Amino acid sequence: MCGIYLDYQSAMPVDPRVREFADRYLAREFGNPSALHSAGLAAKSAVEDARAKVAELINAEDPSNIIFTSSATEANNLAIRGTTLRNAAKGKKILASSIEHISVLNAMKDLQKVGYQLTLAPVDSAGIVDLATLENQLSKDTVVTSVMYANSEIGTIEPMKEISQIVHDQGMFLHADAVAAQGRIPIDVQNDGIDLLTISSNDMYGPQGAGALYVNPNVKLQPALVGGGQERGLRPGTENLFAIAGMGEAARLAKREMNEEGNRLRPIRNGLIKEILKIEETYLTGHPTYRLPHHASFRFSRIEGESILLTMDAMFNIQVSTGSACSSRTLEPSHVLLAIGLRHEQAHGSMVMTIGKYNNPDQIPMIAKAVNQTVQRLRALSPL
Amino acid sequence: MAQVGYSKKVMEHFMNPRNVGVIENPDGYGKVGNPVCGDLMEIFIKVKEDKIDDIKFRTFGCGSAIAVSSMVTEMAKGKPLEEAMKITRKDVADELEGLPPQKMHCSNLGADALHAAIKNYWVKIGKIKPEEAKEEAHEEGEACPTV
Repeated sequence: MCGIYLDYQSAMPVDPRVREFADRYLAREFGNPSALHSAGLAAKSAVEDARAKVAELINAEDPSNIIFTSSATEANNLAIRGTTLRNAAKGKKILASSIEHISVLNAMKDLQKVGYQLTLAPVDSAGIVDLATLENQLSKDTVVTSVMYANSEIGTIEPMKEISQIVHDQGMFLHADAVAAQGRIPIDVQNDGIDLLTISSNDMYGPQGAGALYVNPNVKLQPALVGGGQERGLRPGTENLFAIAGMGEAARLAKREMNEEGNRLRPIRNGLIKEILKIEETYLTGHPTYRLPHHASFRFSRIEGESILLTMDAMFNIQVSTGSACSSRTLEPSHVLLAIGLRHEQAHGSMVMTIGKYNNPDQIPMIAKAVNQTVQRLRALSPL
Repeated sequence: MAQVGYSKKVMEHFMNPRNVGVIENPDGYGKVGNPVCGDLMEIFIKVKEDKIDDIKFRTFGCGSAIAVSSMVTEMAKGKPLEEAMKITRKDVADELEGLPPQKMHCSNLGADALHAAIKNYWVKIGKIKPEEAKEEAHEEGEACPTV
């Protein structure tokens, strides 16, 4: 790919150092971590090494509080279904912010079908959860409350510590989906007071095929699957050694490099926002300051997001993302954009840029010019 | 192998749309879709000797909505009105070498906008009654289509 890739939130390349580190587990050190011979023990220690590195990234009390899964979607499912089903006797209420990832929302909607009562907590126009409303919505039998650490579509970072206090005062367990935030801003599950936290490998330059759920020892879960007892029986199945080892190494590098990388990306991001907001009838979505360092998201009046994405790609070889309905399977605009109060026709005109390792400040003028030309081209076609 | 994304034809029309613009004092005008649903399409026609002499469009919408508008204007240009009226939603999608399933409603919009413009002209010349021009689906303000 020789264009400019600005969709790091949906996929990113594997860091060459991660690849080199994990490569040995594909064909040379391939043992089954459950086997007792030397090949098995070597594999087992690779998994435990990865677990310790992941625990360190989010400051978990102990590596054993990390459960590896195959993806963040699976970790979200384990968190939501695992807590509610295991604690069914304690309550039938579940709560989520209205801007959660679809895997959280759908896991909760699925529980609605078996008698759980789902409440969605509203957010303000910048995407911050309305704490006063949240407090009123919670009750002692609200088994799990799920709030994204930061939002992938609008970049807004939630006040997790305050949310944690409210949830623990009024309800039971707090789950945070940290996929957008991990490796970009420091996360400390102990300091933040988070009971369950989802992270994924491919959102920090690790290979696809691994995710993890941090589980505070106070929380008991019902297993996602049943099988041979791996991952404390919560997520059995022979470990994806390559992906898990890669995820561990990616977590180690993220922990070490995230501040420096954030400081490098922030000015690029700010430059993009500054230049793109010069285009008429263009607005930033999400919070202007409580925002992930790599995240720039906009909406443009009178044009549609899929057309923006396609024009940017075909005409300028620049890859961006959109929350427009037309790029989704359902033809509904993004629930996140509707939750921050945009009207449908406004939500259709969104564009998300998420930058990463291979972006640099020299690209800002090129990108801004491409966006400007794209917007002008589509507005010339628009009857609005 | 199953087709991934849009056909080459769709992308070609999306990137180089034909007949974009407005006709001042058109003989017929059709507008369908709804910005709330993510697409709005308008078609202007000039009629000469019962044929579509000139046709222009403007569209707010996704890639396929723009490609469909471009294609339907190209298919209709120069055709007798009666014949242009027979261009179906499927004809437009077929000419574009297919559309992804969730985008088929876009091809509906193209044919509907064209038919609306022709009927608007027929109403003006007294060939049909105004109420006969209102039978197309996807009139502006209608509920959004679902997949």
